[in-house]
Amino acid sequence: MFQIRCPYCGPRDEPEFKYGGQAHVAYPADPEQLSDEEWTRFLFVRDNSRGRYAERWNHAAGCRRWFNVIRDNGTHEMVGSYRSGEQPEDAR
Amino acid sequence: MDPNEHALHNAPFLWRNPEPKASYDAVIVGGGLHGLSTAYYLAKNHGLTNIAVVERGWIGNGNAVRNTTIIRSNYLWDESAAMYEHALQLWEGWEEELDYDILFSQRGVLNLAHNLHDERESIRRVNANRLNGVDAEWLDADAVKEFCPIVDISPEARYPVMGATLQRRGGIARHDAVIFALGRACDALGVDIIQGCEVTDIDVVNGRVTGLQTSRGPIAAGKVGLVAAGRTSLLTAMAGFAVPIQSHPLQALVSEVYEQVLNCVVMSNAVHVYVSQAHKGELVMGAGIDAFNSYAQRGGLHVIEEQMSAGMQLFPQFSRARVLRTWGGIVDVCPDASPIVGLTPVENLYVNCGWGTGGFKATPGSGWVMAHTIATGEPHALNRPFSLERFETGELIDEHGAAAVAH
Repeated sequence: MFQIRCPYCGPRDEPEFKYGGQAHVAYPADPEQLSDEEWTRFLFVRDNSRGRYAERWNHAAGCRRWFNVIRDNGTHEMVGSYRSGEQPEDAR
Repeated sequence: MDPNEHALHNAPFLWRNPEPKASYDAVIVGGGLHGLSTAYYLAKNHGLTNIAVVERGWIGNGNAVRNTTIIRSNYLWDESAAMYEHALQLWEGWEEELDYDILFSQRGVLNLAHNLHDERESIRRVNANRLNGVDAEWLDADAVKEFCPIVDISPEARYPVMGATLQRRGGIARHDAVIFALGRACDALGVDIIQGCEVTDIDVVNGRVTGLQTSRGPIAAGKVGLVAAGRTSLLTAMAGFAVPIQSHPLQALVSEVYEQVLNCVVMSNAVHVYVSQAHKGELVMGAGIDAFNSYAQRGGLHVIEEQMSAGMQLFPQFSRARVLRTWGGIVDVCPDASPIVGLTPVENLYVNCGWGTGGFKATPGSGWVMAHTIATGEPHALNRPFSLERFETGELIDEHGAAAVAH
């Protein structure tokens, strides 16, 4: 079980949170111009690399706000967390 | 432990432990059950014997030894039913064919229904299964109790059992024995099983695969099949393309050894656990994935706690059972919970992944169709729908929630 630092509430146990997958996946700026291949990538393909990974979590049983976490998915090391709108280098 | 040390420990008994040759007609990356099964059918069905299976660890260290050994084919959609039923029919002949006691036991698989929606979906699935030639029955709660006496069907239960689907031909097999049987069979057909051999790069020249760079040196290959489950994305990245899978932990547990009390496999979607009892006597339980991505082969204890509480709901007498061991593996989950078996954007490079939480049951069928795909360069009729292109064409095979278990 992880301990996750909610940027608003502080460190809490993992069961309070809901996972939201890869962070910083922006909605296409010009969706009508997207090819089928580009849509496929946006809808279905997410980064599945090993190592430090930026991901979204929701503090579902707390403040219910979304935020981002940097976690090493090979070791489960929690590198830091930051608010939506901030960038990975803001993680602490 | 040094993987080679472990490999050598096994080698004299069931398979050789050869040095990799400089070149093979085909190389399978991944020495799990699906990789071995692919190599077996490449040699047996297609006469390709100048082939190798390369495995970064040792045979029998990954998901091959981390599954819950359940075998069934009662999937909702036509494409899945055809794929898994073909696999089940191969299971029915494997003990004899491989000449190994794999303890394949068709003790029946119950999928419980706990509410009206479950019941309707279950009956729909029974009908769909029958139309596809898959044996399936609907049992009411009393018939469930008769078939599996220790299930609690009392109406006072928080999620009372309203009935269940039953596939009598479903059951379990002993996973270790399947590994031994397949490894030995591959070796006897001339397949080189190369353990402790991690692929570090994939050579692609003019859009065509030509070989592999490995921790044991370069290996040239006419064709390459990637059968690496949760680590597939790391391999396809080397070849310059991505697959729509996410790697998650999937945990399971066994109890201490008890007398035989559970005579079949019991699965419940709503209460979310699946339980069987191994031949030796351990209760084997599993449930859903941990939500996050991971390559660490472990997950959170609260996930184990949830599946145990679900197990106690269904079988109150398990409250006094003790946990012997819990473990996790890495599963490769597709957006539509169906596998990807077929061609890739790179010529002569084939992929077999995305079996997610349910690969064990498919072992023979997966190898059969993957071997056909590699040998002929064209998908078999059974895996044609399971192409990588389906995510672009929209022809998804959505088994999330349809496949008789939550993923």
